[in-house]
Amino acid sequence: MFLWFHKLGSPPHFYRIAGKWIPWLTWIFLILVAAGLYGGLILAPPDYQQGESYRIIFVHVPSAWMSMFIYVTMAFCAVVIIVWRMKLAEVVLISSAPIGASFTFLALVTGSLWGKPMWGTYWVWDARLTSELILLFLYLGVIGLHNAIEDKRVAARAVAILALVGVVNIPIIHYSVEWWHSLHQGASLTKFDKPSMPPSMYIPILIMALAFQFYYALTLFHKCRVELLQRERNSKWVKEL
Amino acid sequence: MTPARKKRLFLIFLMVAGVSVGVGLALKSLDENIMFFFTPTEVMAGEAPPNKLFRMGGMVVNGSVSRPGDGLTVQFDLTDNKQQVTVRYAGILPDLFREGQGIIANGKLNERGEFVAQEVLAKHDENYMPPELAGMHKEGEVQQ
Repeated sequence: MFLWFHKLGSPPHFYRIAGKWIPWLTWIFLILVAAGLYGGLILAPPDYQQGESYRIIFVHVPSAWMSMFIYVTMAFCAVVIIVWRMKLAEVVLISSAPIGASFTFLALVTGSLWGKPMWGTYWVWDARLTSELILLFLYLGVIGLHNAIEDKRVAARAVAILALVGVVNIPIIHYSVEWWHSLHQGASLTKFDKPSMPPSMYIPILIMALAFQFYYALTLFHKCRVELLQRERNSKWVKEL
Repeated sequence: MTPARKKRLFLIFLMVAGVSVGVGLALKSLDENIMFFFTPTEVMAGEAPPNKLFRMGGMVVNGSVSRPGDGLTVQFDLTDNKQQVTVRYAGILPDLFREGQGIIANGKLNERGEFVAQEVLAKHDENYMPPELAGMHKEGEVQQ
């Protein structure tokens, strides 16, 4: 297991493995997203109060989850970068940032579009919305800082520190609806409680969440391969390709 | 793990812990400003700022919605099941506004102790269900 992990950390090996996995990940993603959308937009019943408008949840909730999941992944990479100076972790961290930023943006936009008819406003400065917006700025900060420093290895270490400082925001986003009175509702799906929606609604959400995980993996692999080629363009294994 | 790596891991831990404590304390002191709304009980106890806009959240009391006078102004009572406050509002109500629904109103108190709202937002709760199921719930409540 450790040996496998160690081998995966070597750029040429990762480049090859990722290339092999991408078609599989793409197929699984396409199947899951088709199943999730069919379940969410066609099979799931309308809501008793919101009617059909609630269906934006099938994109909104999974993308909000992904926005936090990707940030935690980046923070984990940051620890590996600072402690072990592993090159592949640097590549994974910086390749994840634009994907995470996109999911955060998607969560904010879909939430806003739902908020106008339901709440009566596109945006309020409540704790959940504000902390999610800060998450978007953290992602943009990571991308900007990385681009500002010429030496990629120095850049990665600077970015790792920023990613680690920002990780405090993740529990704040998660608990914002419990710690403070907010306009945003509490969680409908939690690990420990019975979900406060029927299976016909939450199963498509879970399928969509899984689909988004595969989407993350496959875009990440694509981006990592490109980043690796750029960084290692003078090395022997790239020239042999 | 080499001593250098152990030291770096420890420094990371120290940094994250430090930032967490700092942010935690800052949020604690900003608590009141992050609170999105006051409850009717808090408003009756005089905790809301006088002569200033603030938000009040609660449930619309069943049977309290009326349109006195010109027909544009809506009047209803807002409750947190302990206290209730009368709200007056002239404007467009959101789709989810109905009796028994949680809402948040932004406005200030007038001299008669009524809350004059400039904006009314509906607060959706975390419960989602198909319409048939909701019908069964209502009947169940009636039977009780």
